[in-house]
Amino acid sequence: MIWNVNVGQNIFEQYTEFSEVNWLRVWAATKETVFMSFASVVAVFFLGLVIGLLLFETQEQKSLFSKIINRLVAFFVNVFRSIPFIILIVLLLPFTKEIVGRITGPVAGIPALIIAAAPFFGRLVETGFREIDRGVLEAAESMGASKLEIIFKVLLPESLPSIVAGITTTAISLVGYTAMAGVIGAGGLGNLAYLEGFQRSQPTVTLVATVFILIIVFIIQITGDILVKNVDKRS
Amino acid sequence: MINLKNVNKVFSNKEDTIKAVDDVSLSIQTGEIYGIIGYSGAGKSTLIRMLNGLELPSSGDVFIGKQNINKLTNRELRTTRQEIGMIFQHFNLLWSRTVKENVLFPLEIANVPKEERLKKAEELIQLVGLEGREEAYPSQLSGGQKQRVGIARALANDPKVLLCDEATSSLDPQTTDNILELLLDINRRLNLTIVMITHEMNVIRKICHRVAVMDHGRVVEEGEVVTVFKHPEQAITKRFIRQDTDPKNENTDKILEQLIEQYPNGKLLQLKFHNGDAQSPILSKIIREFEIDINIIQGNIQTTQDVMLGSLYVQLLGDKTAIEQAIEKFKQMKVEVEVIEHDLER
Repeated sequence: MIWNVNVGQNIFEQYTEFSEVNWLRVWAATKETVFMSFASVVAVFFLGLVIGLLLFETQEQKSLFSKIINRLVAFFVNVFRSIPFIILIVLLLPFTKEIVGRITGPVAGIPALIIAAAPFFGRLVETGFREIDRGVLEAAESMGASKLEIIFKVLLPESLPSIVAGITTTAISLVGYTAMAGVIGAGGLGNLAYLEGFQRSQPTVTLVATVFILIIVFIIQITGDILVKNVDKRS
Repeated sequence: MINLKNVNKVFSNKEDTIKAVDDVSLSIQTGEIYGIIGYSGAGKSTLIRMLNGLELPSSGDVFIGKQNINKLTNRELRTTRQEIGMIFQHFNLLWSRTVKENVLFPLEIANVPKEERLKKAEELIQLVGLEGREEAYPSQLSGGQKQRVGIARALANDPKVLLCDEATSSLDPQTTDNILELLLDINRRLNLTIVMITHEMNVIRKICHRVAVMDHGRVVEEGEVVTVFKHPEQAITKRFIRQDTDPKNENTDKILEQLIEQYPNGKLLQLKFHNGDAQSPILSKIIREFEIDINIIQGNIQTTQDVMLGSLYVQLLGDKTAIEQAIEKFKQMKVEVEVIEHDLER
């Protein structure tokens, strides 16, 4: 590949060639990024809750079954958290083709995004559950609450601020992952920055893509912060 | 109401086994406030948790009414727990719920219809004196208010028994008194059986009818609170009572030891007066009658639910026989005398 940025052209000018920007394509790419992020966040949210619950509930149980579940889940969580995303997505290409039917486009990015982020969020959920005072769980038990009632009436509401903060962090990482997925064909702003910005030497397009990604991230962060503030009644 | 028969609880891990509760048999009557006192690690926490099945005994039986707690299925145990309220040292409220929602919690678990729930919660909040704070979150309440929410929550399903796990141990003395008064009031109004564990003798003295003293997993002394206060038998019981009598108990011990050293010939006594007995001028009578001097070291008065107890530390100086006679005289005058020797029992 040839790095063919025009020599001699003023750097500032390189970043402000707005005539190079096809705004319709930018908008389409933004929508793809938002779609990929949103769809995977929703899936990661539920999958992560299940993983967090499994890890938490099997943690101190003495039965063999619980021990096996705990080891198994912990193993998968640790493995998938350790694989670099760019490698994971390539690794999963055959799998993606099997369940999505294709390996390009926004939908094709989603399986890898979910598998990469769910273990991470699952750990955050587990940590949130562990922060709950054991005495509160004991109190619920002493009132005759069943396991399900404890999960839905105590564990989830009491750890809600941690869960919301956790999903916010996870969503922001996911936006970053969609850009990487975009480079190998999943579409979105990452794809735009790579194909048009990098390969066709249009730094302005890259800059515009960057700004749009930043806007998405800021919106997520601000929304998350407001939500946490609203659900946290601890102080 | 509550019967424990030869209850044992053993905790074991790889390294060693600990006998947390050692062959405890107790019987607690309906409508009684029953106190269990012991230092931390005495097994009282484990014991109270066996009353609602949070811990299961290694052997022995726990009966609540006619039900054997250890023989229930999980579902039966959950239903039974709804009839046994519990309050905690650290309140254990759900911070994500308001006062009212916290009180509603056990009602939701018992599947009480919504309208009834709200009505009941309102009544309970009134009972514990928290009107106007229904919508507050626990973080906005003081310790005493939090414990009131805990009490309201524990009473939600009209329990037959209320278990108090060090319920006043993290409260200041004034708030402790208020909460104890509330518990006493509830006990009288609802004829509710209350079991409380504590390490503070003043809690026992103020509201309990009967008390069990626990040490190393065993109940070493048990009886009516007044009787135990008047005639403690075990060293540990005496120590608990002295701790309550003299809040600065360490100091008194030191002063007593110093006095013993300074006046090896004298005798140190603890005089105990019960109820109205203390009305005649006992000390001046003694001084006039015998050739002795009396040095007053410390004194105080305590009240149990219905009896006043006075306690006075004095030093008698003078002729040995005169002192012996004076002690006899004290006894004749219905004053209880304990001679404090060099080996202070603590």
